[in-house]
Amino acid sequence: MTTTTTTTVPAAGGRGTPGRRGVRLRARAAWLVLPATALLLVFFFYPIATIVWRSFTEPRTGLGNYTALLHDGVSVKVLVRTLVTALIVAASTLVIAYPYAYAMTRVGARARGVLTMIVLLPFWTSLMARNFAWYMLEQRGGPIERLLGAVGFDGVVLLGTVPGVTLAMVQVMLPFMVLPLYSGMEGIDRRLLDAAGSLGAPRWRAFARVYLPLSVPGVLSGFSLVFIMTLGFYITPALLGSPQQSLVSQVIGERVNRLLDFGGAGALGGVLLAVTLVVLFAVSRVARPARALGGAVGHE
Amino acid sequence: MSDTSGGRQGGRDGGLGWGLRTAVALTVLLLITPTVVVIPMSFSGADTFQFPPESWSLRWYRSFFGSEKWMYALLTSVQIGLLVAACATVLGVAVALGLNRSRFRGLGAVRTLMTAPMIMPGIVVAVAVYGVFIRWQLNGTAVGFVIAHTVLALPFVVTAVSTSLAGYDRTMDVAAATLGATAWTTFVRITVPLVAPGVLSGFAFAFVTSLDEVVVALFLQTPDIQTLPVQMYNSITLEIDPTIAAASSLMVTATTLVLLVPQFVRRERRTR
Amino acid sequence: MNPTVNDSSRGIRIKGVSKVYSGTARPAVDAVSLDIAHGEFMTFLGPSGSGKTTMLSMLAGFVSVSAGSIEIDGRDVSRLKPHKRDLGVVFQQYALFPHLSVARNVAFPLQQRRMRKADIAAKVAETLELVHLGPYADRLPGHLSGGQQQRVALARAVVYQPRALLMDEPLGALDKRLRDRLQREIARMHRELGMTFIFVTHDQHEALTLSDRIAVFNEGRIEQVGAPAELYERPETLFVAQFLGESNGFRGTVDKAAGVLRCGAHALRAPRLDPRLDRAEGVAVVRPERLSLHGDAADVASGRNRLGATVTEVVYVGDRHQVGLRFADGTTGTATHPVGSPLPAMPGECVTVSWDPEHQSIVTGGAGAPVPPVAAEIPADA
Repeated sequence: MTTTTTTTVPAAGGRGTPGRRGVRLRARAAWLVLPATALLLVFFFYPIATIVWRSFTEPRTGLGNYTALLHDGVSVKVLVRTLVTALIVAASTLVIAYPYAYAMTRVGARARGVLTMIVLLPFWTSLMARNFAWYMLEQRGGPIERLLGAVGFDGVVLLGTVPGVTLAMVQVMLPFMVLPLYSGMEGIDRRLLDAAGSLGAPRWRAFARVYLPLSVPGVLSGFSLVFIMTLGFYITPALLGSPQQSLVSQVIGERVNRLLDFGGAGALGGVLLAVTLVVLFAVSRVARPARALGGAVGHE
Repeated sequence: MSDTSGGRQGGRDGGLGWGLRTAVALTVLLLITPTVVVIPMSFSGADTFQFPPESWSLRWYRSFFGSEKWMYALLTSVQIGLLVAACATVLGVAVALGLNRSRFRGLGAVRTLMTAPMIMPGIVVAVAVYGVFIRWQLNGTAVGFVIAHTVLALPFVVTAVSTSLAGYDRTMDVAAATLGATAWTTFVRITVPLVAPGVLSGFAFAFVTSLDEVVVALFLQTPDIQTLPVQMYNSITLEIDPTIAAASSLMVTATTLVLLVPQFVRRERRTR
Repeated sequence: MNPTVNDSSRGIRIKGVSKVYSGTARPAVDAVSLDIAHGEFMTFLGPSGSGKTTMLSMLAGFVSVSAGSIEIDGRDVSRLKPHKRDLGVVFQQYALFPHLSVARNVAFPLQQRRMRKADIAAKVAETLELVHLGPYADRLPGHLSGGQQQRVALARAVVYQPRALLMDEPLGALDKRLRDRLQREIARMHRELGMTFIFVTHDQHEALTLSDRIAVFNEGRIEQVGAPAELYERPETLFVAQFLGESNGFRGTVDKAAGVLRCGAHALRAPRLDPRLDRAEGVAVVRPERLSLHGDAADVASGRNRLGATVTEVVYVGDRHQVGLRFADGTTGTATHPVGSPLPAMPGECVTVSWDPEHQSIVTGGAGAPVPPVAAEIPADA
């Protein structure tokens, strides 16, 4: 899960015993992964390694960029705000997605298809179009302000606030929570609930004692996936947030665009990467977020 | 379960409770609202982003199709998108076949490698790629865009094709061989037709990924080369240009259509 | 075999219970009535889709009752949630909680009943001993074999001494040898616990071996209820005759006055015919082992029914020969012949088939149509 720079050496050449065609074919097929692997190594992992390297070397070799983060008075605040926002987004997404995913396991095939299409909608909808939509909905005098005004909360403008960013992120992250949850829940044998019932547990207790624990791997998958992806969001905070309450991605973008400060940006990016890897490693024993994500693409 | 009621075993009769229904309905509302509001907005007659629009017109579509800047951005995006889709599909199908049909040490690592671009924080990837592309003078070039987007699109192709390969019964290859087919014939006559829908999905996903990608594109852009999403971003942040409403609505429609095509092809085959 | 039941307030009473699933026309269970005595081993036997599992699910409360009522020990439980019925259920696929150890699976129902911790531990240990799984208490179910898992499921379902134990094809997923062993174990548990057992199966041998009584289900109805020997020797419908063991059937018309079943030119003696069957289409059902084969028709003792047939094949099955027959009217049948005695005819040759009318049952033709008990007064071991 957390391998970053492992070079893979297909054990092809030596294994193919002459005369055993199947073996040779298998070995030959292994070379098919080489071009793409090379592409990723050169244009994905090398750049990431470079930016991390630069955070330790530019402008001077050492931990200067990292100690600067601690002392500039802003970065720590921004990092904490980003982590808290990501946690809130992940938690809100979980609360919204859990009943939805559960419902998906309880309806017929046709309804399930419709629910799947709907949940994939944010994933399909153009990112810019979606952010533009939230911009319209959250702006001063927009539908959300008027709706909240109608129920007694006057003058709530979400645009330019962290809650505004959070709302938009929750919406776009829902598929990444629903799909892992659903694939986990789908594997839970419903007869276990019947069994719990026959053994004397009322339905809510059967749910709490049997269903909930069994859905934990899906929860961890979805939660970590949403948390990690939220950390790296750039467009949503840039469009819907405010410079006064910026998130890490805005600061990174700023440093690179305005200041060409790759060292400083790299240090912030390094922190994000470290958090990402730690989270992935922590959940790797029970859950496979990346694999669960595949559901979004490979679904039937 | 031997009885026909087996399928119902464990399921109480009756559907979802009202509480669950309400929760699902609200979630559906949250999921579809942003996509849906884009469409009426694009027919607004006003100069602002006021929603709902007070008057209706086609002026923003006229503005979109009449503007050299927008049309150029659209053309750039489509060209890059098609190139990305082609590259990512070729590379991705190769990877999926390699992963599916061979066993070697490091297979798991390659698998992980292929999913990494989906998981790494987007901003870090963008800045990192930007950093080396400046040095290699790839920023602001079509080649740069195509490479960067291919990297980002690859995981989707690999996943889509792997999924269809996973459902592929290898005994069919053996069956074809016993019927006298060569390895090549088997591949062309059996494997390709069966895997084609997955490949088509992968192609569509790759195209849409590129068409929609904006973070990396924002960093790689120069005044000479801007993709449609970058132009849209600028039209909110720099210009407050309501033409973005028409652009958004077109994007939503286009991506939906592109992604639905493989679904329909699949259904078509299934019903045949 | 018969349980000693006097206390009529105890036991399970099913009164006119039906189940119609929404979206289906035919009821899955159609007006079934059945009394199950306390301590009885009752088996629901029937093919797939016969309604037996649905009936069990209604007893357990997993599926609601469309009509009728279910009483357990005198209390109407038809509308009660499963957890209030105090029944034990063993599922075909075990349904063990995969995240809980064996001991915690077995402790689960006791915890639901708010038993004290020390008592739970003692009770769990005792019950795991009963199924010989003491050493596995701390394992997760996934690490056990299928047979062991099923024994955990049994332990979990009896540990709280429920009013009855319901088992849904509990041995279906196991291989033959394990199945035999678990059958004996279930029989032993039934003896030791003295609990009402309700067992669903489509396997006639399982049903015949284990049960005090068997209820044969077909198309949502009970065709016949009775002790195994009674069902086997005195089937009341063609369905029961054919579903339980092999049987030969001779179609004809009942002639009450003559006391015979007329099959074309032949008249088969049929003593004690039910008057309601007069002139009806009937089938005389005889088990293969009740047929005798004679090379010479003169050897047949008087009073026995007889028919001429051609031997079509002879199959040696170890303890006996199985002889395929074709009768004059084209009906095919099977007889068994002891290995020790010489075969009266070889394939292609003619033979006379005879049987004691007491060993035959007259049933009405259509499978599923209930028939008045023709020979109910005849003891099963006649």
